[in-house]
Formats: sequence, C-alpha cells, structure tokens
Amino acid sequence: MTAITERQQLAYVDAQAADARVNVEVETDEGMVLNIGPQHPATHGTLRITAKLDGEQVVWADVVPGYMHRGYEKLTEVRTYPQVTTLINRIDWLGSFANEVPFILAAEQLMEIEAPPRAQAIRTILFEMARLANIVLFLGDLGVQLGAVTPAFFAFRDREHVLDQIESVTGGRFHPNFDRIGGLKDDLPKGWLADTKAVMSRIRGFCDEIETLLFGNEIFEARTRGVGVIPAEVALSYGLSGANLRASGVDWDLRRDGGTGLLHDQVDWKVWTHPDGDSFARCWVRLQETREATLMIDQLCDGLPGGPIMAKVPRIIKVPAGEAYVETENPLGAMGYYIVSKGDLGPFRVKIRSASFSNISVVPWLLKGVYVPDIITILASLYFILGDIDR
Amino acid sequence: MSAMTLAIELAWWQQTVLRSVGMLVAVLIPAGTLVYVFLFKMMSFMQSRLGPMEAGPYGSMQLLAEVGKWIQKEDIVPWRADRKLFAMAPYIVVASVFLVLAAVPFGPDAWFTDLDVGIFYVLAVASISVIGILIAGWSSANKYSLLGGLRAAGQLIAYELPMVLAVVGVVIQAGTLNLQQIVAAQHEGEIFGFGGIGNPFIFTQLIGFFIFVVAMQAELAQAPFDMPIAESELVSGYMTEYSGMRFLLFFIAEFATAGAFAAVAATLFLGGWAVPGLPLDAGYMNVVGPIVVLVKIMLVSFLVFWVRFTYPRFREDQLQQLAWKVLIPLSLVNILATMALKVAF
Repeated sequence: MTAITERQQLAYVDAQAADARVNVEVETDEGMVLNIGPQHPATHGTLRITAKLDGEQVVWADVVPGYMHRGYEKLTEVRTYPQVTTLINRIDWLGSFANEVPFILAAEQLMEIEAPPRAQAIRTILFEMARLANIVLFLGDLGVQLGAVTPAFFAFRDREHVLDQIESVTGGRFHPNFDRIGGLKDDLPKGWLADTKAVMSRIRGFCDEIETLLFGNEIFEARTRGVGVIPAEVALSYGLSGANLRASGVDWDLRRDGGTGLLHDQVDWKVWTHPDGDSFARCWVRLQETREATLMIDQLCDGLPGGPIMAKVPRIIKVPAGEAYVETENPLGAMGYYIVSKGDLGPFRVKIRSASFSNISVVPWLLKGVYVPDIITILASLYFILGDIDR
Repeated sequence: MSAMTLAIELAWWQQTVLRSVGMLVAVLIPAGTLVYVFLFKMMSFMQSRLGPMEAGPYGSMQLLAEVGKWIQKEDIVPWRADRKLFAMAPYIVVASVFLVLAAVPFGPDAWFTDLDVGIFYVLAVASISVIGILIAGWSSANKYSLLGGLRAAGQLIAYELPMVLAVVGVVIQAGTLNLQQIVAAQHEGEIFGFGGIGNPFIFTQLIGFFIFVVAMQAELAQAPFDMPIAESELVSGYMTEYSGMRFLLFFIAEFATAGAFAAVAATLFLGGWAVPGLPLDAGYMNVVGPIVVLVKIMLVSFLVFWVRFTYPRFREDQLQQLAWKVLIPLSLVNILATMALKVAF
C-alpha cells in the first residue's frame, strides 16, 4: 500500500478544481462567467444558468437543464397504464393532478371510453384546483424572488386550504394519483362542495391581498415592467404556452380552444391576455387566471351533475393498438402526452410534452443585455417547475 | 454639562471601565432586542406565523440558542480565499459599530466620548464598514461575494451623501456638531413659541428625517436596498462564504448597526436621551436617558424593519437613481430652506 503524501493529495484536489473550473466556467477577457445553479436559491430546484457578465450586465447566457432528469418517458414503458399516473404526478409537483389528466384522456381516447359527466366535472374541478395550488405559490414566490419575503407566507397559508380540499377528495396533498381511465377513484366526500366554495372566496381574498401588496407596489412595477419583453412572434416561435404566451398578447388557451374531455366549455369564464409581453404582464395574467379559476370552480360546484363516477372499464386494462396525443392547458402551460400503444398492458412509448421545458427555451434569447437582478425577475416571471423541465 | 453630576464621585479609571462595559452593553442590547422583537417576532406576526416559541417564554431565549449554535459551527474558510483578509473582514464591520456608538450620548454623563465634532465623526466612521464588506467580498474567492461586495460599496457610497446632507439641516438648526449639544438644543428649543415638548427636530426637519431614514435603510442594506445580500440573486452576497462565528459577527454587526444608526437618528431628530419637562443635568437622567434612547431606537427601527419586511428589492441602477436624482436634490433643497428659515427667524 502506498501512502499518499499531502502533496499528492493537494495536486489531486488542484486538478479536480481545475477540471471543475474548465467545465463550469470559461473565463475570458470579455467578462466573468457567473454560474447560477445547479445549487442556487433562485432556481428552485437544480436548474443551471451560465451567464457571461460584463459588470452586472449579461452578455450571453445559456440554460443547462437535466440535473434532475428522472427518465419518466422510459419508465412508463415498463409500467401498466394505471401505474403510470403515479409517476407522472411528479412532473409538475405543485399541480400534480393536472399532470394525470392529459395522460388519462389520451388513454381513454385510445380505448374509446368516455368518463361519465359527474367524473368529468369533478376532474375539471380538481384540474382547476391543481392550478390554484400551483399558481398561488407562484404569486407568493414572486415576492421572494424580488426580495419581499412576506407574500410567500401568505401564499403558503392560503394554499394550505386548497391542499386540504384536494386531500379530502383524493387522500393525497401533493400527489393525488386519483384519475383513472374511465372516471375517478372515488366520489366527493360529504360537505366538500360548501367547504370548497369557502376556500375559493378565501383564495380570491388572497389575490386581492397580493394585488395590493405586490402588484400595486412601485418597486415591483419598476422591477418587472419592460423587463424580459417577449414579442408575440418570438413567443410563438419558441413554443411558449400558457400564461407566458397569453401575456404576449396571443389569445390561445387549450381550455377553450383544445376541445378535450374537460368541461371548461360549460362554464362562463374569460381568457386573460396582456399586450405588453413583459414580466409584469406574465405575473398579471397569472393573477387574473387564479381569480378566473376560483370562479370556474364555484360554477362547477353549483352545477355538479349526479350519476356514476366510473364508466364501464375492464378489470385489466389493455389499451388497443394505436397512437393518441392529448394536450391540456396545465398550470404551467400546454402539457401533452403522445401515447403509442401496441395493445399491451403498458404503453409502448410515451412522449411527454411539458410546458416548462419549452418555456425556458426562450431564456437565452431573453437574458441578453439584462442586469443580474433581471435574470431572477425573468426566471420568476417565466415560472417553471423543475420537475416539469427535467421529466 | 459638567463631567460630575453623579451622586458618587468616580475616579477616572472607574469611569473608563464603566464606559467600556457600557459600550459592549450599548452595542449588544439594542442588537439583541432588535433581532428578537423585529426579526423574530414582528416579522413572524406580519407573515401570519408565531416565530420561535420553544426557547424560553415566547421564544425569548432563541437568540442565545442561535448564538450557541453559531459558536459551535465549523469555521470554514474557502480553499482559494485570502485567509488573513477573510478573517479580518467581520471584525472591521463590527468595529465600525463600536466607533459609531462611541459618540452617541445616553445621558448627561452617560457618554463614551464627548466630541465637539460628534456628528461629523459619526458619519465618517460609519463608512468604515464598507471597507470590511468590500474585503469580505473580495477575499472570499466567490463570484457572488464579489458582486455583493461591489454592490455594497457602490450603494453605501451613494447613500452616504444624502445622509450627510440630511444631517446638515439639523446642524444648521442646532448650530453645533456636538451631539450632546444637539440634544440640549432640542430640549431647550421651541416650536414657533411653544416650548412644552422642546423642539425635536423631526417636526422642523421632517424632510431631513425622511431622507435620513431612507439613507439609513440603504446603509444598513435592508430591503428594499438589500442588493448586497440579495438572497434570491447572490445567494447571500458578501456573506456567502462565511459560517459559524464569523457569520455571527456579520449578523451582530447588521443589527447592531441598525441600533447604532437608529440611536443617531433618535439623537438628531427625536430629542435624544432628554425627556421634555425633566431637567437636563439631573443625575438620574444617566439612568433614565439610556432607557429613553432605547425606546427611541425601537421606534426608528420599527420603521426600518416594517419597510424591510414589506417591500421588494430595487435593482442596482434604480437604487442609484433614487440616491442621485431624488434624495440628494431633495436634501439640498432642505438645506437651503433651513438656511433661509434660520436667517428669517
């Protein structure tokens, strides 16, 4: 056994550090490369952004995703259809139920089953509740990213009630795993509808609070207005979706235009757009959508049809051979599943189109020429969930 | 104010010992109170939570627990850091707090040094902390620290100016730079003939007070001016690489500086240690005075922390614009107005 001298040890450490430096940052005469992430408070997860800085100004920036890639597309191939929902719950972990819906709808489309009306209505309610659970946290987190801690606690406080409602139906606060091919696992518990309406009015109160606390603040406006402007054609060419696209003035919402198996066409609601395309517009559109979602849930609770919550499906689910793609308007944007079935118990191949992955593709284009604090504003306003980037 | 109005005569060395101990108390008591009352409790209540509740009644011993934790922690120095500078930086920052408080009077005899150029000295030594912060940012061998340190330097220098200019109004009105005499001037003054509460300069120098508090907020690097720390951008700014005892020193310095600046603001604008109606040279004012100052420190800090917990952060360029385009012209106008009124009345 040869003893390793301290000198050798140091040389090794030196070499490792040099390697790390070469990999992590290429220092040049033009400026300094700032490596934001994978461990950084602003990336809420393990997103890495490398930005070449000239002083505080970004000359060039790139996004390096993939630090949390879990291989869900591959994993779905070795699972049966009902098992897949457990996995895909974890894609956008703040609005978990919404992840299940497009997959189940795609499977139903292949099997030519339609869920009974009551199941569809409850699905839509839970889908919108997932949106609330997600976007309410966004509105709070926005403050943290811009330096105001207090809104985050208000968000957690009020989001708790939404999670309670989701939990009392599904049994899961974070990962409901509740949607089934042909309907839902269970019916609503007693008294749930009245509680839900109370929670919805509470969330509307939260929206008002945030509107006065953040959106009415001069510093907030100074930080977000005109920062990270995405023109409509750029937004479309980068494949943005959801509030990011609508904030650029593109009036496109899959809940209205998609024609999928959810009941959004039976309620009275409005698609909010904003002409500016800047960070403020993105945040503002999300705030309005939160309000709209609470109103939608109220209406759905009022007109909830009776009847079964499960269609007739065989005990062992075999999806006939074929291909289907279903896309829905999830909290983060358009989320779709392309399922290729060969008639087995599990899918042959699943392609997951998640919103955040496309949404952050515009980041390198956006970050050119902005200041370091604006990087954070832009990332916060584009709003991604790391699990939604790295499936 | 003669040196000896205490009931007991003290030898010079006894006074010196008392003043040295008093200095530690004057730095640590406001800092501890601010941390507990504002950072732990007020912040929690504003954010609809309780804050620390376990250590002591209502969590009042939490700070001791925290200090114990920090002392135990490993003292990590980054491999590529400049060790000597890295170790020195927190001490420089803490030292500046002591230097600031040294000139602040707490009673007719409860002062540490009674300088004739008191406020000038205070404003001069207050900027020493910038050097410590810059050293911390540079020596950490971390890009976030570097950005934070440079931001701090730019910010603290920009806000030094409105602060000084805001104080000039008070100095013109009081006609002295000596803090003890500024207190006396406020105690004996009259507001347009009404002398019932003396003349705390907050009434006549309201704009000056406003500018002073804003500049103070920036000097303390509290939100909305917390870019040097900016935890969502720069992780923790110049403090990123500090841990254990050295972080504790920065932490103490942050809140002790808040206390020291609040004490200066209380002395300049709120009448200092004097109580309207009570004589200035009574011996018991040496006991009442510090309590009065502490109460006024809490009042001023309440403003500072209230804003801190509510507002989002400015961007660096917006902060500079606020300093150079708004606060400095405003304070110059304030000085001109004070001068005109001083001559007129």
